[in-house]
Amino acid sequence: MSATNQAAAGQYDYEIIKKFSVMAIVWGVVGMFVGVYIASELAWPFLNFDSPYFSFGRFRPVHTGAVIFGFGGSALFATSYYVVQRTCQTRLFAPGLASFTFWGWQAVIVLAAVSYVMGYSQGREYAEMEWPIDLLILFVWVAYLVVYVGTLMQRKQAHIYVANWFYLSFILATALLHTFNNIAIPVNLFTLKSYSLFAGTQDAMTQWWYGHNAVGFFLTAAFLGMMYYFVPKHAGRPVYSYRLSIVHFWALSFMYMWVGTHHLHWTALPDWASTLGATFSIMLLLPSWGGMINGIMTLSGAWDKLRTDPIMRFMIVALSFYGMSTFEGPLMSLKDVNALSHYTDWTVGHVHSGALGWVAMISFGSLYHMMPRLWNTTMYSVKLINMHFWLATIGTLMYITAMWISGISQGLMWRAFDEFGNLQYSFVESVAAMHPFYAMRAIGGMFFLTGMLLMAYNMYQTIRQGVRAEVASARAAAATA
Amino acid sequence: MQWFSNPENTKPLGLLIFFITFCLIVVWVYGSRKRSAKLEEYKNIPFLDDDEVKKDKSNG
Repeated sequence: MSATNQAAAGQYDYEIIKKFSVMAIVWGVVGMFVGVYIASELAWPFLNFDSPYFSFGRFRPVHTGAVIFGFGGSALFATSYYVVQRTCQTRLFAPGLASFTFWGWQAVIVLAAVSYVMGYSQGREYAEMEWPIDLLILFVWVAYLVVYVGTLMQRKQAHIYVANWFYLSFILATALLHTFNNIAIPVNLFTLKSYSLFAGTQDAMTQWWYGHNAVGFFLTAAFLGMMYYFVPKHAGRPVYSYRLSIVHFWALSFMYMWVGTHHLHWTALPDWASTLGATFSIMLLLPSWGGMINGIMTLSGAWDKLRTDPIMRFMIVALSFYGMSTFEGPLMSLKDVNALSHYTDWTVGHVHSGALGWVAMISFGSLYHMMPRLWNTTMYSVKLINMHFWLATIGTLMYITAMWISGISQGLMWRAFDEFGNLQYSFVESVAAMHPFYAMRAIGGMFFLTGMLLMAYNMYQTIRQGVRAEVASARAAAATA
Repeated sequence: MQWFSNPENTKPLGLLIFFITFCLIVVWVYGSRKRSAKLEEYKNIPFLDDDEVKKDKSNG
């Protein structure tokens, strides 16, 4: 591989991709550690230490910010810069601007985490950053769009490969969502506090239009871009059907924007709006499963790779979780199911079957494929990848099983009546009943975190091996010159 | 113009425009055998810059 990869390293801009890849792993470790800590706080509340700085309320956005924007975001920057260069056969447009996206994005993650621990939050889920950080995100994102579109415009390939369509829709949709969800008036220039331009139900609808499309375009479309490049590339076989990938793209793009209101069933939102959200959610099942089948069928005729290659296993299991969570989502968007599931741990389990099973696993598979190529080497240990795969899979299954049981139990306990028509259980009784499942969830998270730590160690050794080989070959070249 | 200012008119109109556009895309993608073959060729783009992995065309 080395000759080809050395040529590729000269042809493409890999430095920025290396930086983002390393930070994806760093944020993965940090974010998942905080996740395990807050899961443990729910199971063993003494871990709050009666201090606001350690409380669940402040650490929860640190966890979501670090895993979604730190780990997921950095992995997306890295893979999108890799995919766009390799499928367009050109170098990145404006490398200085690309470097700004790296430092700007890392500053966003750090500033956001520090501000949450200090108690500053907009109180909007997945958009807790206060207005100065929102502005920094805006600048970084515009720079990202310029770099990406500029690279596409200088391509040497006539056709833009479909993975780039998914990445571009993610960049455009995120810009739109971030801007409109964060329109706020600061109290004054020297305070972090601001007030949303929207109020009441409109505010909630704007937030969940953002919230679900963050799932749709940040956590789904973008990672599908990753899937459409890395699954065929790693399998050494082209995607099963290119035409299906085109229909998959347009169907997702047309449908996702409408579904946010299913987060607001049985609220002050007009009934027609939440019915519309549920209807589009059900329709989304078709393109989602079309895409999943397209990805899995890429392995058609080469299923033996699943037995021998743990990276391929990561990718195919990720697609299976994608299929499962995109079945569960429409199910939960039905009003009658939602009446049971909403506000319970079932939602938390659903989010994590997508986040751990789909987003994290497809990222692991893609990073395991890409990172050794960036450093022109091979993975330090395939055995460790295999161990990571099993720890991640067992951890995810433990997590979502615990949340299914606790969520459905919560829903049933909250709606149970005794023979006199009174509520059968007090709220605190439902909390006490959840305790074993909260412990089980924390343990599932520990499995997942252990796998992430193995990956970090394996990558550290891989990079060290690549750097040493590069130094040795430079020395050998100097000696012969 | 008065007609367009009424959301009760523009909402179904928007739905129709989006739905028809989507149907046209599906027809465009699957409607012609020649175009289908051309579109399916694009699936090999990830392999064009890499001679280390042998191109496997068993999926099309």
